Amino acid sequence: MTLNLWDCGGQDVFMENFLSNDSDNQNSNSSSNIFKKCEVLIHVFDVESKEVQKDIEIFKRVLDNLHKFSPGVKIFILVHKMDLIQINKRQELFDIMFNKLHHVAWDNYKFKIKGFATSIWDESLYKAWSQIVCSLIPNISLYEELLSKFNSILNAREMILFEKTTFLVISSTNKFNAGSDELDPKRFEKISNIIKTYKQSVNKIRTNFNNLVLHGRNSSIYLDVLTSNIYIMIIMDNPKSTFTGYQIDDENLVLENIKVARAEFEKIEKGA
Amino acid sequence: MDAEAVLAKHNNATILLMGLRRSGKSSICKVVFHDMQPLDTLYLESTTKPTTENFKSLIDLAVMELPGQLNLFEPSLYDSEKLFSSIGALVYVIDSQDEYLSALQNLAVIIKYACSVNSKLHIEVLIHKIDGLSEDFRLETQRDIMQRVGDDLLDYGLDGVQISFYLTSIFDHSIYEAFSRIVQKLIYELPALENLLDLLMQYSTLDKVFLFDVNSKIYVATDSSPVDMQTYEVCAEFIDVTIDLDGLYENSGQEADGTVRSQPTRCVSKLQSGSVLYLHQMIRGLALVAVMRLEDDNDTNALAVIDHNVLVFKKSLEKLWERARIK
Repeated sequence: MTLNLWDCGGQDVFMENFLSNDSDNQNSNSSSNIFKKCEVLIHVFDVESKEVQKDIEIFKRVLDNLHKFSPGVKIFILVHKMDLIQINKRQELFDIMFNKLHHVAWDNYKFKIKGFATSIWDESLYKAWSQIVCSLIPNISLYEELLSKFNSILNAREMILFEKTTFLVISSTNKFNAGSDELDPKRFEKISNIIKTYKQSVNKIRTNFNNLVLHGRNSSIYLDVLTSNIYIMIIMDNPKSTFTGYQIDDENLVLENIKVARAEFEKIEKGA
Repeated sequence: MDAEAVLAKHNNATILLMGLRRSGKSSICKVVFHDMQPLDTLYLESTTKPTTENFKSLIDLAVMELPGQLNLFEPSLYDSEKLFSSIGALVYVIDSQDEYLSALQNLAVIIKYACSVNSKLHIEVLIHKIDGLSEDFRLETQRDIMQRVGDDLLDYGLDGVQISFYLTSIFDHSIYEAFSRIVQKLIYELPALENLLDLLMQYSTLDKVFLFDVNSKIYVATDSSPVDMQTYEVCAEFIDVTIDLDGLYENSGQEADGTVRSQPTRCVSKLQSGSVLYLHQMIRGLALVAVMRLEDDNDTNALAVIDHNVLVFKKSLEKLWERARIK
């Protein structure tokens, strides 16, 4: 999948350009189709902005254009720079902002929007982007199906698929479906964050990492290449026996299973 | 005052941190031993009284910090003679972005006094906050400071004193590197440890091996091959990756009895260049981190050999530690 990311300048001059010239004046030039064939709109709001009314006004006009040119568009809003707000006020502020925008989008254009509170200084950004990118992957249900089949064989505590370059979570499956609340709810974003930092760190010795096998205090974690675009992470519970050295056989079993699964997942990727 | 308590024990593994005010002593302490983010140290209050902090590593380490604005030789504050005779290392922090002439004068006075009290003291000078200086200017500053300190000591007739200089900044790994070297000088068993690590290297085809203190990312020992800064950084960050990932999947209090001893943490990561990062938990909050290259494809066998060798190393480390404690 190729993502064409259009990062639109936000100065008033540019904005006027996008909104008036480009969209109305059809015969002006080729850039008039900025709102045509849009799959996703990501609208970023500065949480500290002084001119909230104006921000919403622009959002309205953008929606207006999208309504005309790409009615099937998915809309995400990021209420950004949350790190500048006190922790106990963040949720409240986000709710107010989101409700307002939800009304704007729903009442006028029947658009459903999804919102995230984000900041570049923590893992919230990974969560938002992970969901945005997931909404674009064509046969995500096939991946999910295959993953849960894989887990029924291996009986892992958890299995997660990551996109290779961004390390965003694509899909995951869990052994205890209902009672997984004992685990950290933010763990996916945290893993993305940890692995990205690790990738940057091994870049210092001018290489990249292939796989990682960790036997920790409570679980064994396997991180390996699955297909040319996907990494898989498998978390296995440690057998609760007394210490008898490393279960090398177990480790090999999991690694062999990943090899077999690799062939299956590659089939989906080729078929797509 | 808890400083007194430390002195009473006559612990030689005490590091005394000194320097003029605002030279960055507290920041160093917080970043190295408390895992504080370097940017957060901008808002630290100034330290007003001597503070002591204890760290359990391979050895029990104490770091004592004296506030910079006080006159050292004020007799009412603390017994400076007792203080200097009981410590193992004096770390003097110089702010390299500031006018350092007064700091150098202060340093010369302190060294003169310290040498008269304790001749076995290790004197370490951190030329600190070099993150703001350009590459060539750093070396120039270091040369200038070394020259001036040498001249000052010559004036006092102390030209034989050994002083080590380090260029440090809390925004990269140089501060950890410097502290690693300093702490290593205080470990009595260091030659034996290095010998053990060399032996381990020889029999396991490792490229580089460090014995890290997991909490502070200081390495208490390494093999005798030269330390390459990049390798050190990667190894230190590898510890973070291991700990953070493991922490995400903890069993919440299901087996709190503690009778089931879990196996030591072990983490192996293969890189595209063919190198392998290897971490194995040791005793007393230490971890062995190694970089190696596996030649053949059948790496499970090679890893099993390394695992065995590392376990042997761990046993000798335990023995070494038992003997050391009797003294």
